[in-house]
Amino acid sequence: MMLDTLHTLEIVRRRGFLARWGVGAVLVALVAWLVFTVVTSPNLDWVVIGKYFLSTPIMEGVGTTLVLTFATLGVGLVLGAVLALMRQSGNPVAIAAAGGYIWFFRGVPLVVQIVFWFNLSLLFPTLGFASTNEVITPFLAAMLGLALHEAAYMAEIIRGGFLAVPRGQVDAALTIGMTRATATWTIVLPQSIRVILPALGNQFILILKGTSLVSVIGGGDLMTRAQQIYGQNYQVIALLLVATGWYLILVTVAGIGQRFLERWAAS
Amino acid sequence: MAGGLRLRGLRKSYGDLEVLRGVDLDVEPGEVVCVIGPSGSGKSTLLRCVNHLEVLDGGFVQVDDVLVGYEPRDGKLYESSEREVAQARLRMGMVFQQFNLFSHLTALRNVTLGPTKVLKRDPGEVDREARALLDRVGLAAHADKLPAQLSGGQQQRVAIARAMAMKPAVMLFDEPTSALDPELVGEVLTVMRGLAEQGMTMVVVTHEIGFAHDVADTVVFMDDGVVVESGPAHQVLTTPTSERTAGFLAHVRRHPQKENDHAQ
Repeated sequence: MMLDTLHTLEIVRRRGFLARWGVGAVLVALVAWLVFTVVTSPNLDWVVIGKYFLSTPIMEGVGTTLVLTFATLGVGLVLGAVLALMRQSGNPVAIAAAGGYIWFFRGVPLVVQIVFWFNLSLLFPTLGFASTNEVITPFLAAMLGLALHEAAYMAEIIRGGFLAVPRGQVDAALTIGMTRATATWTIVLPQSIRVILPALGNQFILILKGTSLVSVIGGGDLMTRAQQIYGQNYQVIALLLVATGWYLILVTVAGIGQRFLERWAAS
Repeated sequence: MAGGLRLRGLRKSYGDLEVLRGVDLDVEPGEVVCVIGPSGSGKSTLLRCVNHLEVLDGGFVQVDDVLVGYEPRDGKLYESSEREVAQARLRMGMVFQQFNLFSHLTALRNVTLGPTKVLKRDPGEVDREARALLDRVGLAAHADKLPAQLSGGQQQRVAIARAMAMKPAVMLFDEPTSALDPELVGEVLTVMRGLAEQGMTMVVVTHEIGFAHDVADTVVFMDDGVVVESGPAHQVLTTPTSERTAGFLAHVRRHPQKENDHAQ
C-alpha cells in the first residue's frame, strides 16, 4: 500500500471498552452484595447504632480521643523538634542521646509503652510524695505512651525537613553575621515547614487512630467507651460500627484540614 | 569601607588530607586579588577558612587590624565565642559558587535580612539602601521576585548585593561564575568589575583568567595547599616564574570550559 494514500483510510482506535465495563460491573456487584448482607443481617441492630451514635458516653469518648490526639501531636512536635536539634547540634553526647531515644521509643510497640506507663507503680511505688497510682491516671499513662512514642517519629520527620534546606544557605546566613541558632530559626525552620507539613498531616491521622490502643488500659477514648458499652449489651458489631463511623468522620475532617494547611504553606 | 586582609600560616586538614599547608597572603586596602589554581588546590577552602566557616587547624586571619577567631588578652590568645566570630565575619562579605540565596525570601528580603536582623538597623532606611544596591547590580525591577524566578546570573547579582548590604571591608568571591551558563557569566563579572573600580578590597577565587588579567592587581597561583606564585596580575599571567603556574595556565587556555566543569 502506498504511504501517500493512507490518509484516505479510516483509523479504528482500540478501546478498552469491554474490559473496563466488565471489571467495573464485577466490583459494583461485589460491593453491593457485601453492603446488602451487612445491612440486612438479622444479627445487626440498626436501632442500637442509632441509639448510641450520639449518646453521652460515645461523645465523651470522641472528646477524649481528640484531646489525646492534639496533646500527643503538640508534645510530640515540641519534643521531636528538641530531639531533631540535638541530632544536628554537633555535640556527640547530644547526638547519641537523641539517637538512643529515637532507637528505643520507635523500637518498642506503642501498646507495650502504654501498658508500661499504666503499670509504672510496680517499678516506682511512689513519685516524690505522691503514690504513683494517683499521679499516673489512665489518661496520663495514655498521654505519656502516645507522646513519647510520637516524639521519636516527629524527630525524624523534622530532621528530614531540616536536611531538605541546602546547607549553603546556612553558610550564607553565617557570612552576614548570624549565629547558628539565628540561622536555624530564620532560614532553616521556615523552609523546612513546607517539607514537614504533609508528613505531619499523615502523622495526625496515624495518632488519631493510634489513640484506640489506649483502650487496653481503659483510657476513656472512643474505643474504650464502645468496648464498655458492648461489654454490657453484647452488641459488639453495632458498637464497633459506631466507633468506625466516628473514626472515619474525624479522619475525613483531618484530611480536609490537611489539604487546606498544605495549600496555605505552598503560598 | 577600605580594609586590608592578612593571612599567616593557614593550615587545614580533613582527616589525613592536608588541604591548606601554611598559606600566607597580604591584601592591601582597595586591592583586588585573584586566586587561581587547579581543582582541589585548596582555593575554596582558603576562603572558607578566612571567614571561619571552617575551623582552622592553625594560622591567623586579620581584617582591618582585627584578629578573627581569637581575643588577645594578658599575653594569651583566647578562642572567640560564636557571637564574637559572627561579629568579626561582618567585616567580610562572601559570594558563593552556588549563590546560596535564601529561597523562601524575595530578592529584596535577601538583601535586607542581614542589616535588619543582625545589625538591628531601621527597616525603612535599610529598604531604601537595599533597593539602591539592587539597582546598582541592575535588578531594581526584580526586587520582589523569589530566587527561583531569577536566572543564575541574576541570583548571583542579588547575592553580591546581599553581601554588600553589610558594608564589609573585604569581599570574598568563591568561584562566582563557575555555576553559571556561559552567556550569564558576563553580567556577573561586570558587577564585580564595578566594585573593583569603586575601590572595594576583593579576593576572588576564579577560573576566569581574562577577568583576572583585566581586573586583578595581584594574581596568586595556588597548588597542593600552598601559594606557589604571587605577583602583579600581568606578570604572573604572561611570564610566570614557576613551571607549575605556566603548566596550569597553558592547560586552562587550551580547555577553558573543561576546567569550569571540573569545579562543579
